[in-house]
Amino acid sequence: MSEVNAAPQRANYVSMPAGSDASTAGGMTTETACIEVERLSLFYGESQALKDVSMIIPKHRVTAFIGPSGCGKSTLLRCFNRMNDLIDGVRTTGSIRLEGSDINDTDLDVAQLRRRVGMVFQRPNPFPKSIYENVAYGLRLEEKLPSSEMDDRVEWALRSAALWDEVKDRLRESALGLSGGQQQRLVIARAVAVKPDVLLLDEPASALDPLSTLKIEELIHQLKSDYTIAIVTHNMQQAARVSDYTAFLYLGELVEFDTTATVFTNPAQKRTEDYITGRYG
Amino acid sequence: MSRHISEQYDAELELVRRRFMEMGGLVEQQMRDAVQALVTHDAALGARVRKQDHEVNRYEVSLDEQCIQIIARRQPAASDLRLLVTIMKASTDLERIGDEADRIARMAIDTAGHELPRNHYDEIRRISDLVAKMVAAALDAVARLDTTEALNQIAADKNVDDAYHDAIAQLARQMSDHPETVDQTLATIWAARALERIGDHAKNISEYVLYLVKGKDIRHLPKGSFEKESPLPPD
Repeated sequence: MSEVNAAPQRANYVSMPAGSDASTAGGMTTETACIEVERLSLFYGESQALKDVSMIIPKHRVTAFIGPSGCGKSTLLRCFNRMNDLIDGVRTTGSIRLEGSDINDTDLDVAQLRRRVGMVFQRPNPFPKSIYENVAYGLRLEEKLPSSEMDDRVEWALRSAALWDEVKDRLRESALGLSGGQQQRLVIARAVAVKPDVLLLDEPASALDPLSTLKIEELIHQLKSDYTIAIVTHNMQQAARVSDYTAFLYLGELVEFDTTATVFTNPAQKRTEDYITGRYG
Repeated sequence: MSRHISEQYDAELELVRRRFMEMGGLVEQQMRDAVQALVTHDAALGARVRKQDHEVNRYEVSLDEQCIQIIARRQPAASDLRLLVTIMKASTDLERIGDEADRIARMAIDTAGHELPRNHYDEIRRISDLVAKMVAAALDAVARLDTTEALNQIAADKNVDDAYHDAIAQLARQMSDHPETVDQTLATIWAARALERIGDHAKNISEYVLYLVKGKDIRHLPKGSFEKESPLPPD
């Protein structure tokens, strides 16, 4: 794992030519890199969805991806655990390194990668099983734990997802009986149960009511001390509330990447300014 | 600057900007009238200034209220947020300039019964000219997002300070040479002090322009650390 200078002046890094050493750029806050994206382009057939994206996602920080629909933010997120492999006709160039290792390495076990890089989607998708089984299911695939240890891990995951107190008396009941907000936290518990390095959240609160949204946001805040979090959101205020760094994408390009404080008070690029202030481009 | 998708949002921001400039115009008038009342011993004009001060206060309260409404309803970001923060802070400075004008008007009323001093308030006129230019230029800089003018006005505050110190030295001499005029001279010193403070408020407003346009907070930075920067042209 390399020590690199992550965000401030990220825009400079974004525009650096290939091969530049981000650690040489002056004035940056020192962060540890978790995911390093270098000159990443992605094509759906003939259509290019990501254009030469370079950025560093810092470890144990929340990085938000914002931009209009179709800008490539979800596509970029799905590159981090190779979910795009599941789509026919997708081709990528450039590289993505997770803690220094190329995730597109031919020797890499994709299932193992997805264990290290968990993902939560817009709509809660619990399995039609009990609350307990939803959390234990992924664990059973990975580890053979004695039942008492399994109980402990399920409790730990549910506590991590701030759901334990609400479900501890009904662990054997169907997960489908939970509210939308609870289901989404259950899905997060399922993701953290296998102790990933990274959590990818693709609009995790957009289907939830405002209170459930706030609970998810609070949870994100608590989880970042143990996980690197990348979140795609349409809600700019949510990005402003939960993230440390914000990346603005437009038409597949990474326009600006900087601390959230800078992006929301003094963005460097006019396109970012127009987007976050709700102006015509 | 391009327009918001919401025209109503544009209209709301334009309204607070316009109200701020109106407040600036009113405060400039108050300041001019207060000084005029003092140097001509016009108690009636001084009284008018004092009466008008509540109008300045009303502007401040109403601007704050409008900015808070926009923040609560629109969650402004970037330049919109900086505009509202600037208006809220700069309107406080304008209100304080209004208070200083009120103070000068009070001195004008108190001294109106005396004879005009021999130098016809030369020192007050001199500081007042400098300060009036500073306030006008600071308000222009806000309106035009002109960081060059703002930097000029930040530098100009030193001229006001120098003129103030010269005036104090001269007025102190006058007090010892003509002890019979101590009351009147003290009032003049207070008025000079009020004008010097108005210069400080104009400097604050100019500093907010740097924040408004460039997002840089230069308050309390050592002198020389920001003057050399090439200001960004307004969008």
